[in-house]
Amino acid sequence: MPQVFHPSMNTISRVTIFGAVLIVAGLLAVVFTIVRSPYITEVNVVREQPVPFSHQHHVGDVGLDCRYCHTSVEDSSFAGIPPTATCMNCHSQLFADSEMLEPVRESYRTGTPLEWTRVSDVPDFVYFNHSVHVRKGVACVTCHGDVAKMPLMWREHTLFMQWCLDCHWHPEQYVGSPQAVFASGSSGDRQRVAEDLSAVVEVESQTSCYTCHR
Amino acid sequence: MYPHSPQMALAGLLVAAMAAGCEQDMADQPRYEPLEASDFFANGMASRPLVEGTVARGHLRTDTAFFEGTADGEPVAEFPLSTVAEKLGVEGNESQQLEHVLTRGQQRFDIFCAPCHDRVGSGNGMAVQRGFPAPPSLELTRLREAPVGHFYDVITRGFGRMPSYASQVPPADRWAIVAYVRALQLSQHAAADDLPAEDRDKLPKGDAAP
Ligand code: HEC
Ligand code: HEC
Ligand code: HEC
Ligand code: HEC
Ligand code: HEC
Ligand code: HEC
Repeated sequence: MPQVFHPSMNTISRVTIFGAVLIVAGLLAVVFTIVRSPYITEVNVVREQPVPFSHQHHVGDVGLDCRYCHTSVEDSSFAGIPPTATCMNCHSQLFADSEMLEPVRESYRTGTPLEWTRVSDVPDFVYFNHSVHVRKGVACVTCHGDVAKMPLMWREHTLFMQWCLDCHWHPEQYVGSPQAVFASGSSGDRQRVAEDLSAVVEVESQTSCYTCHR
Repeated sequence: MYPHSPQMALAGLLVAAMAAGCEQDMADQPRYEPLEASDFFANGMASRPLVEGTVARGHLRTDTAFFEGTADGEPVAEFPLSTVAEKLGVEGNESQQLEHVLTRGQQRFDIFCAPCHDRVGSGNGMAVQRGFPAPPSLELTRLREAPVGHFYDVITRGFGRMPSYASQVPPADRWAIVAYVRALQLSQHAAADDLPAEDRDKLPKGDAAP
């Protein structure tokens, strides 16, 4: 019986076997990179907004508190985006003829709301609630990054389930004093009072599916 | 289990495709999140404003001294401590209530008033430093003698170039701010003898009270 395979087939078969492994691994790596890339996670992607509203100016320089604009963050699930009237509190007098603020004035005149682009958004099948996190002393910086350094808003973390759970497994490592919740600065700078805090607020590790999928 | 026939493979594919479709629907369900845009209503807002004059059950504002700061058309002179404490959910005796209300008032003043009036009420806040018309100092004799109802009225309806804070600050918090404004006014005009003995010892020796 004549030889079916030429001896060079040895090499070819090895190359294809290992090559296949490499290709599969490579493909997996590509998929993984895409899934973790800003294209999917939207992390660090700066969003276009109808008005170039700068947290750096208003929070960092002017020193406004988050609650001046995000009034419902302490009492409800939703932090709230300020209505045009809130901007006009100051901008009726300040920079009243600035080109950049024309959309704000127009919205105020016509009663048509400004259409801000969402930056942080979890899917509708996830239940998120600001008030519980704020009450328990999780600072805005921990989840949103230091907005006082953001000329335009971007997403600091993925907001994936893994990210929520990393904290929900060990919440005591992330909670701080209630006074520090609205402060800016990196989370490391914040006063960590985890040890004696347990006496003040009780944090539980909430990881049952029903906590977030209800 | 392996597909035994092309039909079955096809069915499997279909189910997979449907599942993929589902995921999208679940992530963006046919309901509105707060403040979401809507093309159903003329101004594009899904959140509808209340019809003028709507009163939620149990929220009829009959207590004009508390909600309007006026009695018989005149600004009230007496601070409605017990109502404020009740709305803020504070318990305890009168001095504990007052302490809590003042702490709350300080916090709210720093959030909503300090940008213009600054933290001691002298009227040189950050927005003023950037060009907002300067408010008067809250220490003016005229304002020290004004009844508490006047301050409540200014917060609720605005005053001259000062905007109304009614939509950002609920009534109980407005009263807490009023209490704190009174405390600020007192602090700038207190005599050393008014202090309890242990606090008086902390004052710098020899000088007149600041
Ligand atoms: C002067 C008003 C103002 C103040 C003060 C303010 N914000 Fe905002 N914030 C806005 C507006 C307007 C938007 C929407 C435009 C945007 O996304 O940049 C916004 C958006 C955001 C968003 C993104 C929301 C989204 O689309 O998902 C976050 C997070 C946020 N703010 C956090 C904060 C924090 C934390 C503070 C306090 C340190 C703060 N803000 C103070 C007005 C304000
Ligand atoms: C407490 C007062 C205050 C409020 C409320 C406020 N701003 Fe401002 N805004 C300022 C000040 C002060 C500056 C100047 C900042 C600086 O120069 O550091 C400014 C600057 C700006 C600028 C840049 C203007 C220019 O021509 O350079 C924009 C745009 C702006 N604000 C948008 C907004 C929007 C949108 C809102 C409402 C969500 C808002 N502001 C609410 C005080 C305010
Ligand atoms: C535990 C993490 C966490 C903390 C702490 C937190 N946020 Fe958020 N924030 C989120 C998530 C997640 C969303 C997206 C919510 C959604 O899609 O419904 C969000 C959304 C927002 C939005 C957009 C509007 C909204 O409510 O959906 C604003 C504004 C905001 N946050 C401001 C704040 C401010 C101000 C603080 C501090 C007082 C804060 N957040 C603290 C996680 C957090
Ligand atoms: C940095 C820490 C941290 C992150 C990140 C975080 N959480 Fe939480 N979460 C907490 C703490 C602390 C509590 C309060 C637990 C307790 O009851 O003591 C909490 C409570 C909750 C609750 C309320 C549970 C109840 O009592 O009903 C929900 C819902 C929730 N988180 C959802 C989320 C979701 C969804 C995410 C991700 C988008 C998230 N959280 C991310 C710290 C965090
Ligand atoms: C702390 C909050 C939290 C808890 C607890 C939690 N999840 Fe999630 N889950 C999330 C968030 C946030 C997402 C959305 C992530 C994203 O943006 O795709 C999610 C997404 C999912 C998805 C959809 C995944 C996808 O790719 O679309 C499934 C399935 C899921 N969770 C199942 C579970 C199960 C099962 C449990 C209990 C073992 C659980 N979750 C507990 C927050 C949570
Ligand atoms: C955007 C800047 C700004 C903010 C924020 C602000 N004010 Fe004013 N306020 C003013 C200005 C300007 C005046 C002077 C108005 C005039 O005379 O036209 C004023 C005047 C006043 C007066 C004096 C009224 C009189 O009888 O002369 C009081 C009292 C007062 N404000 C209290 C407050 C309180 C309390 C807050 C917080 C809830 C507050 N203001 C927030 C700008 C502001």
